[in-house]
Amino acid sequence: MATTKDSSIGGKSFLDNLGKIYGIYTGGFFGFVAVLAVLEQMGVPNRMIGYGFVFLTIAVYAIIGILSRTSEVGEYYVAGRSVPAFYNGMATGADWMSGASFVGMAGTLFLLGYDGLAFVLGWTGGYVLVAILIAPFLRKFGAYTVPDFFSERFGGSFARFLAVIVLICCSFTYVTAQIFATGIIASRFLDIDFTVAVYVGLLGILLCSMLGGMKAVTWTQVAQYIVLIVAYLLPVVILSAKKYGIPMPQLTYGQAIQDITNLENQMAAKGWAATVKDAAGNAVFAKPHIKPFTTYDPLNYFALILCLMVGTASLPHILMRYFTTPSVREARSSVAWSLFFIFLLYFTAPAYAAFSKLEVYSLINKGTQLADLPAWMYTYGKLGLVKVCGVDVKVMQDVIAACGKIASHPGVLRLQDLSINTDVIVLSTPEIAGMPYVIAGLVAAGGLAAALSTADGLLLAIANALSHDVYYKMVSPNASTSTRLIVARILLVVVALAAAMTAATKPADILSMVAWAFSLAAAGIFPALVMGIWWKRANTAGAIAGMILGFGVCVYYLVGTRYFAVSFHEMWGWLGTASKAQLDQFATLKQAWLAAPEAGKAAAWVALDKHAQAIASWWGVRNISAALFGLPVGFIAIWIVSLLTPAPSQAVQDMVDATRRPRGGTILVDKGATPAH
Amino acid sequence: MANDTVDRHWARTQTLMWTMFVLWLIFSFVVHFFVESLNKIVILGFPLGFYMAAQGSLLVFVIMLFVFASRQDTIDREEGQAED
Repeated sequence: MATTKDSSIGGKSFLDNLGKIYGIYTGGFFGFVAVLAVLEQMGVPNRMIGYGFVFLTIAVYAIIGILSRTSEVGEYYVAGRSVPAFYNGMATGADWMSGASFVGMAGTLFLLGYDGLAFVLGWTGGYVLVAILIAPFLRKFGAYTVPDFFSERFGGSFARFLAVIVLICCSFTYVTAQIFATGIIASRFLDIDFTVAVYVGLLGILLCSMLGGMKAVTWTQVAQYIVLIVAYLLPVVILSAKKYGIPMPQLTYGQAIQDITNLENQMAAKGWAATVKDAAGNAVFAKPHIKPFTTYDPLNYFALILCLMVGTASLPHILMRYFTTPSVREARSSVAWSLFFIFLLYFTAPAYAAFSKLEVYSLINKGTQLADLPAWMYTYGKLGLVKVCGVDVKVMQDVIAACGKIASHPGVLRLQDLSINTDVIVLSTPEIAGMPYVIAGLVAAGGLAAALSTADGLLLAIANALSHDVYYKMVSPNASTSTRLIVARILLVVVALAAAMTAATKPADILSMVAWAFSLAAAGIFPALVMGIWWKRANTAGAIAGMILGFGVCVYYLVGTRYFAVSFHEMWGWLGTASKAQLDQFATLKQAWLAAPEAGKAAAWVALDKHAQAIASWWGVRNISAALFGLPVGFIAIWIVSLLTPAPSQAVQDMVDATRRPRGGTILVDKGATPAH
Repeated sequence: MANDTVDRHWARTQTLMWTMFVLWLIFSFVVHFFVESLNKIVILGFPLGFYMAAQGSLLVFVIMLFVFASRQDTIDREEGQAED
């Protein structure tokens, strides 16, 4: 490591003293929170507290990023393969948990109850697949990027190119959503314009990643993990201690769940909540918190779990984190640590959801007059995140007027009147529980850390695929180390700018496509990756067929059911699960559209398309789980086409054997790389 | 023979993988097929079916991965395939 000073970030004495360094950092962070708490008591305005949190944390990340600058290819792409398992686990945790996980997860559980747990299961269980099927083998292989493996294993540029396409498809919408989340959080807490906030976030992201690549991103992600986990746990731990006397929300929310069930029954009896008829014909609460399959049917619930898990195990920005450990053994234990650090957040999210739900249900059950809505509803109503009777909670008279228009409205807040955006649950917990503003600021800093760290990881995955796989491996294989690093940095800035410019337009379509990333990655990458490692007979033709067909089917299903729902339904209606009534309605709407005069055509089409989107499917599978079709198609295509074409060369088979044995150095050796340990 | 240990190493690695894979299937899917029946059992206020999806399976995954890392390491050492 000629250019890395012993004492600088990533140097030997840094690596030897990681515990001390991050221990001091964590202590310093708590001290900083305490100082702001004291300042708040002394009368410093909330706005200044918000500024303090946002700017100071971004400044710290930026300093780490700048101190980690590097001129070595191996450090830029894989952090010099020197990140210990424990710290790589934390970095992966931050890489993985997005702004949406941090801010929206608990809200999703609040709204969906048991069915929302598909996300909790899906976003954790995938790490089992990463550990047992993929990560240690890729680490032994010694790739810089995921497409590197495809190229070596499946001979040549075409497989690499396909992997790059899939990588960009699943990562770009995702990174746009992260930058969007950064903008939302920053604009809310700094009270600045959204577009400005997006570019402030962009600056934070670039400062962390541009100079030091993977090395810089790693050490900032560790710092970001610490901020985000403290910010997530602290409010709900305080809440649990206040309510039940035990600071372990994960244990105490069982009591809250019991209370929720009682309140559900009481509200249903009073008519203050939506009800459905049970088997005996009695009106019962429509969506009990613990009742399974109220939103998803069992097929969709389990399909979603599968697609999220396999997607997790295929997302390149996660897999590349395991290229950075010093050994294969550490790559394995690093996956275990990653899951542990992710688990800390995900097993707390249901507690958040339960406590908030208890709070809201108690409010409704005690009969709250519309004139007495609590302050937090107005705070978030002003931002358009809380609605009552269909209007934002801004002005008391407007709410009362809107509810007055509903026939036989009792004048008190009912559950069916209330609609809460999923972001509100985590953001409002400190306020609902009456905690000082400093805790709300802390939560904002945590959400920002979660969004920034995920954006860093994704940007690096995309930019590295372009600079390493496309530029160096396909366009200019003789480029010098310094040229490669310059190109890598330029591409990073270009991709980041493109994502920020897209995010600044608030593209509704792109944001709704984020959930697609998991199915796209699962169908496009997982079959070829797993077969490439576990089945020596898999060959180039098979892998290419599998990637094209698996990914193709997945994209066809996603795009078809979302953007071409009418023709999709007309072509595949016989495979759908629409009821007779739904089919009749489709026919009626179609007639209406055909018969509509020129002026009414567009509106009639919108109605028809909307209905078609609800019924267009194969066997009723929602499009978020498109990989349910792409995965088997990919596996079967690889299997059949490989068997129909000649076996891979002996050299390739020997290479596969070598990836299975941890002993010995990496298989790929880069001329500019840091030598392996 | 070197080849013997290589083959045995891979055979044991595969067995461990399949064991973990089956456990993964059970705790990702099979347990949750029985959510309605499990919900009749309530511990500390938690209906068991709900608890398994919210915490139980997650805990099992975490423990599984630490066990996996240590078991595979043992296999690597015993078959002489561990890193130095």
